[in-house]
Amino acid sequence: MKGLQTIIGLAAAIICGVVMHAQAQSPKGKYANVALTNATIETVTKGTIQNGTVLILDGKIAGVGTNVSIPAGTEIIDCKGKFIYPGMIDAGTNLGLNEISAVARTTDFNEIGEVIPQMKALTAVNPNASAIPVTRVSGVTTALTIPTGGMLSGTAALINLHGYTPDQMYAGFEGIVLNFPNTGRRGFFDRRTDDDIKKASEKALASLNDVWEKAIQYHKLDSATKGKTGYYPELQALVPVIRGEQTLLVETNTSKDITAALKWVKEKKVKKVILTGVAEGWRVADEIAKSGIPVITGGVLELPTRDYDRYDRAYANAGLLKKAGVKVAIKSESSNNNYRNLPYHAGFAVAYGMNKEDALKAITIIPAELFGVADKLGSIEVGKSATLFICTGDPFETKTNVSHVFIDGWQMPMVSRQTELYDEFLKRDPGVNKTKK
Amino acid sequence: MKKLLTLFFSSLALFSVMAQVDKGNLLIKNGTVITITKGNLEQTDVLIKDGKIAQIAKNIQAPAGVRVIDATGHYVMPGIIDAHSHIALDGINEGTNPITPEVSEEDVINPFQIGIYRALGGGITTVHAMHGSANAIGGQCETIKLRYGNFDPDALKMEGAPRTIKFALGENPTRSHGEGSGIVPRTRMGVEFVIRQAFSEAKEYSEAWSKYNKNKLVKGFRGAPPAYSYRHEVLSDILNDKIIIHCHSYRADEIYMMLKVCKDFGIKRIVFQHVNEGFKVAPELAAQGAMASVFSDWWAYKFEVYYSTAYNAAILTRNGVVTSINSDDAEMMRHLYHEAGKTQKYGALTDEEALALITINPAKQLGIESRVGSLEVGKEGDIVIFKNHPLSIYGVPMYTIVDGIVWFDREKDPDDMRLVVDPKQNIDNAMLRDKNSDLDHCMEGAEFILDSELFNANKK
Repeated sequence: MKGLQTIIGLAAAIICGVVMHAQAQSPKGKYANVALTNATIETVTKGTIQNGTVLILDGKIAGVGTNVSIPAGTEIIDCKGKFIYPGMIDAGTNLGLNEISAVARTTDFNEIGEVIPQMKALTAVNPNASAIPVTRVSGVTTALTIPTGGMLSGTAALINLHGYTPDQMYAGFEGIVLNFPNTGRRGFFDRRTDDDIKKASEKALASLNDVWEKAIQYHKLDSATKGKTGYYPELQALVPVIRGEQTLLVETNTSKDITAALKWVKEKKVKKVILTGVAEGWRVADEIAKSGIPVITGGVLELPTRDYDRYDRAYANAGLLKKAGVKVAIKSESSNNNYRNLPYHAGFAVAYGMNKEDALKAITIIPAELFGVADKLGSIEVGKSATLFICTGDPFETKTNVSHVFIDGWQMPMVSRQTELYDEFLKRDPGVNKTKK
Repeated sequence: MKKLLTLFFSSLALFSVMAQVDKGNLLIKNGTVITITKGNLEQTDVLIKDGKIAQIAKNIQAPAGVRVIDATGHYVMPGIIDAHSHIALDGINEGTNPITPEVSEEDVINPFQIGIYRALGGGITTVHAMHGSANAIGGQCETIKLRYGNFDPDALKMEGAPRTIKFALGENPTRSHGEGSGIVPRTRMGVEFVIRQAFSEAKEYSEAWSKYNKNKLVKGFRGAPPAYSYRHEVLSDILNDKIIIHCHSYRADEIYMMLKVCKDFGIKRIVFQHVNEGFKVAPELAAQGAMASVFSDWWAYKFEVYYSTAYNAAILTRNGVVTSINSDDAEMMRHLYHEAGKTQKYGALTDEEALALITINPAKQLGIESRVGSLEVGKEGDIVIFKNHPLSIYGVPMYTIVDGIVWFDREKDPDDMRLVVDPKQNIDNAMLRDKNSDLDHCMEGAEFILDSELFNANKK
């Protein structure tokens, strides 16, 4: 009898254990060798493949096409009626640095100081930020996370949206952020006079030139003394840019400021430059094209910057830049962690004039090229990282659902806090009455 | 003489109203007509006569002199209604007191704002122009139609639309007043208290007036009338459901609190605005007939929207709550059709359900559903014509029509649509959006409080 009780007790404990284990935590990513079959594959760089297979082995794309041999024992995901795209890259976020914008203690994108290029975003990336799963289940797999504020705000980092440490997330690019002296207003709450804005901008430019001169001197001294110049963190951080080894991300938006930035970059002979923001790029598109400097523009879903401009300028900007011959990537920009909307920014660019293929490239292969990681990301090609997603249709269309996401060969759980709240509350139990009859 | 004067002035007022509101005749040919309430009609015409929909049928002959728009291959749907906006206004927040029902947005309509035209470019025809959310009981709001081009502020008003008023719960009133000015409310307890206090005083006030009005008929009555208070007049009208409450709210606890306050004071007409955690109390909202006007997917800009989900609109809809999707933002209002489309990704709403979120449902929330929000004979001729389906990312509004008049025509859209040019405006200054701003537009005009010394002292 006692034996029976023990057995029942044990069984109950095992059942409890199993149930509790199943409910204990969010599902983990799964590292799997898997073949995605019968799919329409949008390679981005090599056209569209109908009824094709993508083979994922050891984190990499091992085969793409209609005639891929699948090793025995490989898991198969039948993608009949579905589409495969490379993971989307949002080239302008503060993912991992920002939990809740209004709660200062939860934000890490804005350090004190005007000239602080040595502040590294990657250091402060929180791999468990709630926005990360929210973003990746929509097919945005990779993001440039950017420190803001001051003039030289820090070092931005490209991250893949899966990993338990910043280094596991690091996707191979870091760039120095320069907020080029700005003559625009920052929003409805910016009540500075025109004069104050002008003065602030002039002062900032003088200070930028001063810093740059010092950085050049430091680079010379450093070369002459073979690296024994002493500890100057700001200048040390700028040296790779001075030497043309690292990219300077120049944030600039009004047409006048863009022109000034292009002139500055030329004067200072900065070798690796990307212009970011570029809200009024359309106004000086030919000038930008002539400079050969690429652009990361966005968000697309914005108002025109001036009352007298045509209503759809922000929607059309990326397309107009592309038309003028500028290499254009699109970022989503968001004050509320909505980087999941990146495909809709690209979609609006298409609705208002951009070529669809170009818009897709602007959120995949172009940012990958700009960040020097096109050997790993941005298209579906053999040898690249298995960072891609499967969806039910055109990813720009709002109706389309993303069914699977792979990052570096890891299959992501398709849940986020937002889906969990849906599951819990769609049919809340108890409803209005707690007591059940 | 007094009667004559009254008659003179009222006829003048009537004349001016009639003179202000332009009404047009128009025939829209051969489009896919999305009626919202009665299904889709392929290759169908819509005839508008004197500003109202006169006929919806195939092969309508154009009456003599009536403009015809060929909508072949296009989608014809009701003008989009934004139940939460702050455009066309020169003042948003009377942030000086937690209770300010005595102020009204109808006094500060600005017909010159370029944002009105830009909204037309997004297919918007009707807008709920709201007071901000600095106060627990804010100011009265105004329902306007986007008749851009009129210089007269009154010409934008939607004549005869029910009165509405802004309430606000949670962080905005508590940080404006408790933190900013050091007066109640500083907590959600305080917000409940100031609202209940205002309602209780209004109840006493209207009871005192009823008593006086009854007594003064009694012969020999010598008492004085109670002191007149416009604030209490407005509050009494709220208690009598003559004004619809539009209550800025985010968290489930405060929504539930406000439902109980309404129940206790017998208030039936309430629409919760933003209501990010409405999905948590959807059964309670539905049971009380309260409605919800939500963002499609905004979250994480402040703590009270941290536990949000983009599935909110779908959960509310599936639980039987009349739900709309709003913008609260001059940019987002230009693509509410796209915001509505997100409910198909987040919750698989049908086309009809998704489009109702920006047409007939907001119309119900503003009490104007018998006039706008669907394409039916007799309703007002507010229409948007789309290239591509409005729920597609490639949908583009081509014509926006209010009362049968084309106010936006994409093909004929000139660059500069300002009505007047401000000679003082420095054209070198561009307006950029601060990507890290945590202020929602409901706080526009209340920044002075947040900049105050007391506020910053309290913050430390």
